[in-house]
Amino acid sequence: MSIATNGHPAEGDGVSKGRIKVVHIYPREMSIYGDLGNTRCLASRLRWHGYEPVIHQHHPGNDFPTDAHLVLGGGGQDSGQARVEKDLAHNADTLRRLAAGGTPMLMICGMYQLFGNAFVTVEGERLPGIGVLDVTTQGNAKRMVGPVVLETAYGDVVGYENHSGSTQLAPGQQPFGHVKVGMGNNGADRTEGAVTGNVFGSYLHGPVLPANPRLADALIALAVERALGVPFAPGRIDDALADEARRRQVRRLVR
Amino acid sequence: MPGLVVEKVDPRFLTHALADLPRGVVVVTGTNGKTTTTKMLVAILREHGLGVFTNPTGSNFTRGVISSMLAEVPMSGRLKADIAVLELDEAHALKFAAAVKPTYSLLLNVARDQLDRFAEIDHTAKLLAELAQQTTTGVVLNIDDSFVSRIADRVREGVKVTYFGVDPSIADRLPELQEADVRFEDSFAPPPPTAADGLLKPHDERSFEVRFGDTERVGPMVLKQRGLAAMINAAAATSMAKALLANEFREAGAVRALERVEPPFGRGEVIDADGQPLELVLVKNPAGFTVALGTYGSAPVTTMVAITDDYADGRDVSWLYDVSFESLRDKGVGLTSGVRAYDMALRLKYDDVSVAEVEPDLQAALEHFLTAYRNEPKRIFCTYTAMMALRRDLAARYGLAKFGEDPA
Repeated sequence: MSIATNGHPAEGDGVSKGRIKVVHIYPREMSIYGDLGNTRCLASRLRWHGYEPVIHQHHPGNDFPTDAHLVLGGGGQDSGQARVEKDLAHNADTLRRLAAGGTPMLMICGMYQLFGNAFVTVEGERLPGIGVLDVTTQGNAKRMVGPVVLETAYGDVVGYENHSGSTQLAPGQQPFGHVKVGMGNNGADRTEGAVTGNVFGSYLHGPVLPANPRLADALIALAVERALGVPFAPGRIDDALADEARRRQVRRLVR
Repeated sequence: MPGLVVEKVDPRFLTHALADLPRGVVVVTGTNGKTTTTKMLVAILREHGLGVFTNPTGSNFTRGVISSMLAEVPMSGRLKADIAVLELDEAHALKFAAAVKPTYSLLLNVARDQLDRFAEIDHTAKLLAELAQQTTTGVVLNIDDSFVSRIADRVREGVKVTYFGVDPSIADRLPELQEADVRFEDSFAPPPPTAADGLLKPHDERSFEVRFGDTERVGPMVLKQRGLAAMINAAAATSMAKALLANEFREAGAVRALERVEPPFGRGEVIDADGQPLELVLVKNPAGFTVALGTYGSAPVTTMVAITDDYADGRDVSWLYDVSFESLRDKGVGLTSGVRAYDMALRLKYDDVSVAEVEPDLQAALEHFLTAYRNEPKRIFCTYTAMMALRRDLAARYGLAKFGEDPA
């Protein structure tokens, strides 16, 4: 019997180290696989580190908050993608400008695809993406579904993929990680996701941030530096549960 | 598995065995509430004197149906029953319909569930619509779930459409029952309810009636199973029974039957554990877990949460982040268990719910839970395979009926 160290992390001396604005784009249309957990995770961790999170949900048709410090997007259904297309095209310049300026972003699954150059459907129709990541996705009849373990700059990352698109990185495009277990971008080249500057694209649900707190804190550090112009000053967070959960998944899956 | 063998050897077995049942074949499907609703419908029909063939609790794949038939089919290969009422998984319902066209279908709801199998909610909704198209006589639809109610314009000509749902007076409780965030406005609006449609009208936490039009009432009644979801299942079963029985339907008989129905295994079943009640609550998806927490949230007791990720559970545990666990915050959670015990404890941490202990091994966890909290009421929320394992242990420990012996 192991005892959980569910310690509630110290929240500093109560004085906020600064406000961080986290924007979740299309939480209704593009979050059916638990990706809202990434937003929940960042909000809690910001608080635990002593910062003041401000969560903004961006819905189609609303003004896009240009003062975003961190932008998150998730996976949705085909019908969800269709519902956000127009708004995404409308805000593409803003998102590209934020990305070029170093605003950290995490785009999962469907939004990862839409941040690429294009999605080509099974029928051959080419749906343009916003081109922040130099990737192109081809629709497939067969889905790639299952648990994933990646080797990344943030250590082993665990998650769950569930996508029909097969994504190819353009020459020179960095992947987010390399597949130890699972299919990744396309099931062939062992790459998973894509990283350009501070923009991360990945197929990993899980949700990926609570399960992999190093990645979460890396995004927070980038957001803090950009928002406040000072280095990230982390608080002490007990990540024993996340670490043990991840270790167990890696042990189960990697043979 | 005998059902699997027969399915492979003689795919026409089903068609043959179910042909010519005088009152046909009823299929019950949807994301949540299949098992409970099927049990309720069977009870009502039997109370009206019908011989009912049904598949045992939760065996909602085609071969489960065949397995249960093997015991009852005589040499002729035809079932001796008036009617069959079958609970089928959304995907298998269609497979089944390819062999046997349902006479009636009762379509309960659509929610995020095991997206590793069904990929998309839209896809699940499509499966239900296709089942409705295969149905020959009547469909009963959830009027409050736009994924289901809009199937009305998809049925074959001449097929009768009726509805069940909630009375407008409690429409404000619908958000806790279904996922508003995946339902978008669309052009389809269901017709206003008629006297053929059963609407749930609760009187308090336990007592309710099902209203048909302005004058007809079934109830008031009190179910053994608690919660709004069970009441809605009762409204669904009652509406289906009324559509089937027409003039033979007896209000008093329906109430008598519904009030006697025991919660199916693991669906709010209460076990006497050393003199203290232990509730076993199956949770399979965000909508189901949210409803379960709402049902039991008003009476917090010592809690264990067991999460496994086998195929039958859904292998992706992301869905735990689409559930809010704040109602567990005051009391905390005694124990998390199952192969994803640490993931569950982590999830609770993000909702500021304390977890006293984490024990992935189900048997060890149960042993500890029963011992450490011996003198108080307890509750276990568990995924499907965790429930099967825990219940097997509990059955051995407290001499309970085993699976398949569920007195329907």
